[in-house]
Amino acid sequence: MNFPILSTLIFLPLVSSIFIFLSKAQKNDNSAIYISLFSSLATFILSLFVWFSLDLSSSDFQFLEEKSWINNFIKFKLGVDGISILFIVLTTFITPICIISCVNSVKTRVKEFLIAILILETFMLGVFCSLDLVVFYLFFEAGLIPMFLIIGVWGGPKRVYSAFKFFLFTLLGSVLMLAAIIFIYWLTGTTDITQIYEIKIPEEYQNILWLAFFSSFAVKMPMWPVHTWLPDAHVEAPTAGSVILAAILLKMAGYGFLRFSLPMFPLASEYFTPLIFILSIIAIIYTSLVALMQEDMKKLIAYSSVAHMGYVTLGIFTFTKQGIEGSIFQMISHGLISAALFLCVGVVYDRLHSRMISTYGGLVNHLPRYSFLFILFALAGLGLPGTSGFLGEFLVLTGAFQKNYLIAMIATFGVVLGAAYMLWLSKRVIFGITNNSEIKTLKDVNKLETLMLVSLGLLVIYFGFYPAPLMDTINFSVDNLINNYELAIKSKGFN
Amino acid sequence: MINNLSILLPEIFLTISIFSALMIGVFIKNSFNKIFNLSSIIILMTIAIILNNSNSSEKIFLDSFSRDTYSNFFKILILISSLFVLNSSKAFIIDSKLGKFEYPIIILLSILGMFFMVSSNDIILFYLGLELQSLSLYILASIDRDNLRSSESGIKYFVLSALSSGLLLYGCSLLYGFTGSTNFDLIANELNKENIGAVFAMVFILVGLAFKVSAVPFHMWTPDVYEGAPTSITSYFAVVPKVAGLAVLIKFMHIPFSNILLEWQTIIIFISLASMILGAVAAIGQTNIKRLLAYSSIGHIGYALAGLATGVISGYESAIVYITIYVIMNIGAFSCLYLLKKDGEYKEKISDLSGISKKHPILAISFLVILFSLAGIPPLGGFFAKFYVFTAVLEQKMYALAIIGLLTTVISAFYYLKIIKTIYFDDSVITFDAPKNKFAQLSILVSCIILLTFFLYPSVLNNVAETLFIY
Repeated sequence: MNFPILSTLIFLPLVSSIFIFLSKAQKNDNSAIYISLFSSLATFILSLFVWFSLDLSSSDFQFLEEKSWINNFIKFKLGVDGISILFIVLTTFITPICIISCVNSVKTRVKEFLIAILILETFMLGVFCSLDLVVFYLFFEAGLIPMFLIIGVWGGPKRVYSAFKFFLFTLLGSVLMLAAIIFIYWLTGTTDITQIYEIKIPEEYQNILWLAFFSSFAVKMPMWPVHTWLPDAHVEAPTAGSVILAAILLKMAGYGFLRFSLPMFPLASEYFTPLIFILSIIAIIYTSLVALMQEDMKKLIAYSSVAHMGYVTLGIFTFTKQGIEGSIFQMISHGLISAALFLCVGVVYDRLHSRMISTYGGLVNHLPRYSFLFILFALAGLGLPGTSGFLGEFLVLTGAFQKNYLIAMIATFGVVLGAAYMLWLSKRVIFGITNNSEIKTLKDVNKLETLMLVSLGLLVIYFGFYPAPLMDTINFSVDNLINNYELAIKSKGFN
Repeated sequence: MINNLSILLPEIFLTISIFSALMIGVFIKNSFNKIFNLSSIIILMTIAIILNNSNSSEKIFLDSFSRDTYSNFFKILILISSLFVLNSSKAFIIDSKLGKFEYPIIILLSILGMFFMVSSNDIILFYLGLELQSLSLYILASIDRDNLRSSESGIKYFVLSALSSGLLLYGCSLLYGFTGSTNFDLIANELNKENIGAVFAMVFILVGLAFKVSAVPFHMWTPDVYEGAPTSITSYFAVVPKVAGLAVLIKFMHIPFSNILLEWQTIIIFISLASMILGAVAAIGQTNIKRLLAYSSIGHIGYALAGLATGVISGYESAIVYITIYVIMNIGAFSCLYLLKKDGEYKEKISDLSGISKKHPILAISFLVILFSLAGIPPLGGFFAKFYVFTAVLEQKMYALAIIGLLTTVISAFYYLKIIKTIYFDDSVITFDAPKNKFAQLSILVSCIILLTFFLYPSVLNNVAETLFIY
């Protein structure tokens, strides 16, 4: 296929954001929202087309695009395989929802907000499509600019602190990755990922390079102890910002581990597995406990994100099929569930302008539809069977039990803790007595909010009962990943 | 001999035009506007002459003056950047009552000095060019002579710069004493590691040049002069002499000192590291934009010097790419300052920028692009500049330099973010006058478009830089 479909996918939101930038918006003019909604839906349909026309029986990269870029050495190379396409579709699915959500939640500078969201979508899609380290880095870092502005301009009272923390933490982790990328270039003579897979990086360099990549992904993931930027960023960001942050930006790191750390540095990945396991279970147990004690709903969900990401890293580094598939599934399902939970918080925040749990209570008496949806996503968040949240955790733990009983046992406790904070949150927010008289005057979810939440809820339940579409997509790519990894480990044994 | 003069045509043309313009200025009253426009035309014509002139390398006057792609590239860069700096600052000059006809003429004189600097193949000619440039700059720094701050900055610059010129001249004489020649090529042949005296000379010359490009630890003058001098002069200082200084520095390292690479490499690495660190740390506490840009320029020179510190052609090329993008960013940044006008007064405090994104969205977004580019965040041009430098540095396996350099970019990102925070997150305080300075707007537009679209063809400048080292 000669038509550059991936470039179109990536740059479509950017082009429409330029249109919005150039358009002169009048007051009470919704054209900017329509343009951005239209373009993001077009992107979504395009990404679905890519997904359905992807040859799932092959683990090769497809829809390849190559263009000479820097000095004929570094190529602007794009391509997708079974793993990346899921993240692409997740991105294109979440973005229209964010755009819809800003109808209710963003009151000032709507046009600029939409531009930032669309530019961010371009960068996020670029991250998942790029097959070159430099191109990947370019998109990975560029995403900081719109997110910084989203948090800082439209955020809450402590937005400046949060935006700075977010930006500087991520940048600090990433510059080390940049050094590693340049080093790899001089080591192998290329930054093309597919070629680096073939060349195999010498053992003596793997550990240090792995650590450099790890420094970036660990911050982005975020893993304990560099997770502290996340609760701040989530709390202060506007609803759409929190949704994108939780649903997509965090997944970049998990994707990075799968795409770069594992295949490029298999020996180092093996070597550092204990480190990852320990950090993961600390994330699962510790942040779950922290989440229990939160008084701020957004902060609670943010800490629960850290805990859920702990399962993802745990699953990836089991190097078993169940573990890795579980991690990918967990990332997609967490993308849907956390997005929905943040939207749920956004719904009541738009009405009462408070994120404190103590403000609410007894919502079920006055907002029945909202309460139903909230409970649904809370149950999905704690991993109730029948929702997508269950399957990811289950597969990850299955993988973990094959590797290390103790780690898996401890991680399983996290499920209990997850249930504890989610149920307690629901109890305090949805049930109980209505103390706050303002709640009685609240309106239930409107049509747009129902649309967003129900579409997410249907997917959560659908994938909970029938995960096959996702599993079939990643099947061959994950097999290939594990085979290459095992080959690399075995060949080390012979040396 | 007379045929060879065509090689010198740009310089000859520039000299004659300067004197003619001076005559016109003396005999016509209130001639600032005319002379100013004439200078722009002179600059454009000089660019045309250089472009039409052949590019082949030739040396004349006993090999003391060389014309090659290297010098031509820098001459054109100097001319174009001066053109933008001059024209974007015109309204500022008139508003600040600096509209004396000498102003553009002195700028042209300093350009002439830089021409001889970058073309020199001989330490005498080099020194003469340097002094012509420096003398013009002293006058420019104190051109607002009724203003105490401007006069102070002029004196400060003069005293310190004269000292550094003295050191440099001392180095030159040592170099002559120990090698028996003033010609770059001959010196290169004579120099070797055993020649301790020449190493001394190299140190003195390096000190002098480091002062001119304001690298740490010879940077003390920069913040004061940047703050004290009128903004139009500051923008000139921040851009044009830096280009010439770096061009000469690269040439010195590449030709006369090429045999004592290890000796100067250590010094450059130290200067580069110190500049990057100081540029990042010292700027954090600044409240004046000009002073902040002074520290930021120190940091940027540090990155350019990191490319130079590699001691190989690919490193020099990366430094040239860096300085070119630096010029583009700084022209944009200073042009933004010309639009911060309120009731006839130009604001230069960071707090004055508070919330301008609400009333002046276009200006705010230009600031945003330029500042993120200065911070080196992809996909803007500034990222590629840093990327090439660190690629070259890592090629030479200078890991410490690369890692520390990259970490300082994070620190320096902090103060750029602080300005962006002021622009975007804070509440609006001042509504500036509607911008009338069309050329400044044009410079901002050009600068932003280059920075935004640089990622489409990121190797344009590299392709040019590659041709510069073929003699």
